[in-house]
Amino acid sequence: MGVFVFGIIYALPNLSPPDPAVQVSLQSASDSFDSRLVQSVRNIVRKEGIPDENIEVNQKSLLIRTNSYEEQIKLKDELRRELGPDYVVALNLAYSTPTWLQNLNASPLKLGLDLRGGIYFLLEVDTDSLIETRLEANAEDFKRRLREESLSFRSIESDKESVTFLFATEEDKSDSLSFLRGFLTDFEIIEESESFKIKFSREGITSIQDYAVQQNLTTLRNRVNELGVSEPVVQREGAKRISVQLPGIQDTAEAKKIIGKTANLEFRLEANNRTLRSRKEPFDFRGVSVDLEKNIIISGDKVADANVGYDESGFPQVNITLDGEGGAKMHRSTRNNVGRKMAVLFIERKSAAKEIILPNGTLDLIIEPVITKRVISLATIQSALPNRFRITGLDSPNEASELALLLRAGALAAPMEFVEESTVGPSLGAENIRLGIQSLILGLFLVLIFMIIYYKIFGLFANIAVIFNLILITAIMSILSATLTLPGIAGIVLTVGMAVDANVLIFSRIREELKNNSRATDAIIAGYDRAFVTILDANITTLIVAVILYAIGTGPIKGFAITLSIGIVTSMFTSILGTRAMVSLIYRKNNVRRLWI
Amino acid sequence: MNFNLDFLRFRFIALVVSVSFILVSFATISIQQLQLGLDFTGGTLVEVGFTETVDPEEIRTYLEGNQIDALVQAFGSDKDLLIKIPSSENIENANIVIDSLKEQYSFQLRRSGFVGPQVGGELRDQGGLGLLAALLVMMIYIMFRFQYKFAIGAVVALFHDVLIVLGIFSIFRLEFDLSVLAALMAVIGYSLNDTIVVSDRIRENFRAKRKLNSEQVINRSLNNTLGRTLITSLTTLLVLFSLLFLGGEIIRNFAIALSIGVVVGTYSSIYVLTNVLLSMKISADDLAERTKESFDDGMP
Repeated sequence: MGVFVFGIIYALPNLSPPDPAVQVSLQSASDSFDSRLVQSVRNIVRKEGIPDENIEVNQKSLLIRTNSYEEQIKLKDELRRELGPDYVVALNLAYSTPTWLQNLNASPLKLGLDLRGGIYFLLEVDTDSLIETRLEANAEDFKRRLREESLSFRSIESDKESVTFLFATEEDKSDSLSFLRGFLTDFEIIEESESFKIKFSREGITSIQDYAVQQNLTTLRNRVNELGVSEPVVQREGAKRISVQLPGIQDTAEAKKIIGKTANLEFRLEANNRTLRSRKEPFDFRGVSVDLEKNIIISGDKVADANVGYDESGFPQVNITLDGEGGAKMHRSTRNNVGRKMAVLFIERKSAAKEIILPNGTLDLIIEPVITKRVISLATIQSALPNRFRITGLDSPNEASELALLLRAGALAAPMEFVEESTVGPSLGAENIRLGIQSLILGLFLVLIFMIIYYKIFGLFANIAVIFNLILITAIMSILSATLTLPGIAGIVLTVGMAVDANVLIFSRIREELKNNSRATDAIIAGYDRAFVTILDANITTLIVAVILYAIGTGPIKGFAITLSIGIVTSMFTSILGTRAMVSLIYRKNNVRRLWI
Repeated sequence: MNFNLDFLRFRFIALVVSVSFILVSFATISIQQLQLGLDFTGGTLVEVGFTETVDPEEIRTYLEGNQIDALVQAFGSDKDLLIKIPSSENIENANIVIDSLKEQYSFQLRRSGFVGPQVGGELRDQGGLGLLAALLVMMIYIMFRFQYKFAIGAVVALFHDVLIVLGIFSIFRLEFDLSVLAALMAVIGYSLNDTIVVSDRIRENFRAKRKLNSEQVINRSLNNTLGRTLITSLTTLLVLFSLLFLGGEIIRNFAIALSIGVVVGTYSSIYVLTNVLLSMKISADDLAERTKESFDDGMP
């Protein structure tokens, strides 16, 4: 009984379908959200003929419900144009779950992209090139360290997989190796007489891969947020891949441009009085204008790593590691400019709506990238910088971690390649939902009719169990916030067909027992007991298949596997315990003569 | 339902039928191969909905004029077209198709997709591995719950079912994509379900009816379970047909594969399993050892 109530409560939110809505939120979290904005949104919304009560004001965003998908798109375009690039205007869905249900954490099912419409990308991180870059950076670093220690070597060369150290004598080699050994924890060392070779160890490679994927994931999240899509999902898939789900948008070209962009950090020198005017450019640094040289020392893709540290007296600093090429360039540029200031320029690409007038006189709205550049750090160069250096003089640990994040987020740790893409239009999504529900209803209806005709009152018990099973599946999926996809609906439909199997097994047994002249109550008990083992075996094997499907499957297969496994477990419960409760409730007395089965 | 059919009288005919089906499946899969979908081959796909009826050939020629070499076919209705560029490595292809169509036609983009060649190959391997893993785990489970002869019988039955579904997909050139692979997995689960119900009864009857010979026991068991087997197959087919007719194009091949699988699976649990058991000379002695234990843990 408890399970029954629980199932109903958590399945309830799915009864009221969400409305298409438009969400307005702030581009950056620090900006304030004032009543002026609410008023201007209200004016725009009124112009579109949407009543005021459709606007929902939340902490950080506004949600405006619309009556149709066409109205939603129109309102989005209108808001984008009127509000400008400082606000993110995105398509969303507004759920109408009553407050008391929300308090119980009950929420409707999440719909997959195939039902809701949207874009899916799968990107592969090219970690090989990062490993190569890392080797280069390390080779440069080791060269410098050996020089500093006045240890002599003939050459240090890096290739795709390894760094080779050549020495004049065997003694030089062992001196250098014993000095470097402490820095070589991530490496495998292959020694020869007058040389040695280092390669990343398996753990070293895994940690670089993890770093690269994690870093790219962060960068992608930042970039996806710029797209202003509501509820985007960016997650790691296996060792080297990242999937991006963008519900509600169709413009693949724009999405790809933003996700796939690179190099948006630049290191430049501050202009001094010898800099020609034509070689200067003004930028904003915390509200003050600074002139920078046009010449770029290096761009953000040369930053291999950046993290927060503390100097000897406990002041925050940001440690930066450049790759080999970046390190060399940085060294060359800074060695003659000690005492001058170096700036880190952050380049952001946002998209903004712009009105254009077509040749035939009509207005069209296009989305075009707006590039903003600002200085995020300006620090004095204290010495010629090698490939590892630090930025000090930061005010707070927060500032340091923000700078480190921006330095890392500015560029991808390793290049990425699109390996899979899919787009589903909103009309197809809606159609898929309709078809899925229709086939579910028809299938359910046919099975229910058949069971009543064939098993009469017991058929009715089984039917109640099947319907309850559907409610339970919906409730459990809602609680797990599993995503419902079209193959998922197929899984549910299939569960309906197979859920009656347990009851069929039990009922056939009961009929058999009756034929062997058992008393009615004995027949019921024997039927349930003897069928139980069979049902258990049969369901466990199907569950194993579902679990394997989930483990190996991607997207569509996973959706099917999830509903199938939930369905198997709930159907065992409803068709054995559920029907038994009903049966014993009705045939409680021992003197039942005839079963209507 | 009370049956008393002599199933095993037809067991040699069934053997011939099964073997010839499997041979035909093998032949067609090796000669004609499977019509692998985009998921496995990699490539680009665009589905567009036009406002009026269109001729796929016209669109194909138009695209060819724009240097796009694509397969164009009607999809569902005569207003919907599916445009495929097989094994293309350029992710921009979908956009190129859409842009060049936009110049001439008015339509709505229903969906588009791109699968890189590396992903396609991986899915193929993963799918195959998954099928094998599923079969292996099943075999171990049945060996543990029943006995190795049943495990072999079940796995032969599963291979039989999967091969025949694949064969039919190959003969009729139906597209084999990820959803069909999922359907095959479901067929394995379903057919196994049947096989286990029958095996369970055979085991029970071997223990209960010691006077009968193996053939009689199996015949009796098949008759006992026939009612249940038919009814479950029927209810499952009812929902599958509703998916087939109402579920839309994307789910169609899934429903076809599963429907064939249910029919073949029902047949295989009657004939394939029993043929294997009899050819391995199954007898009551095979099941004697575990008798006590099993009765204790489940059946009163």
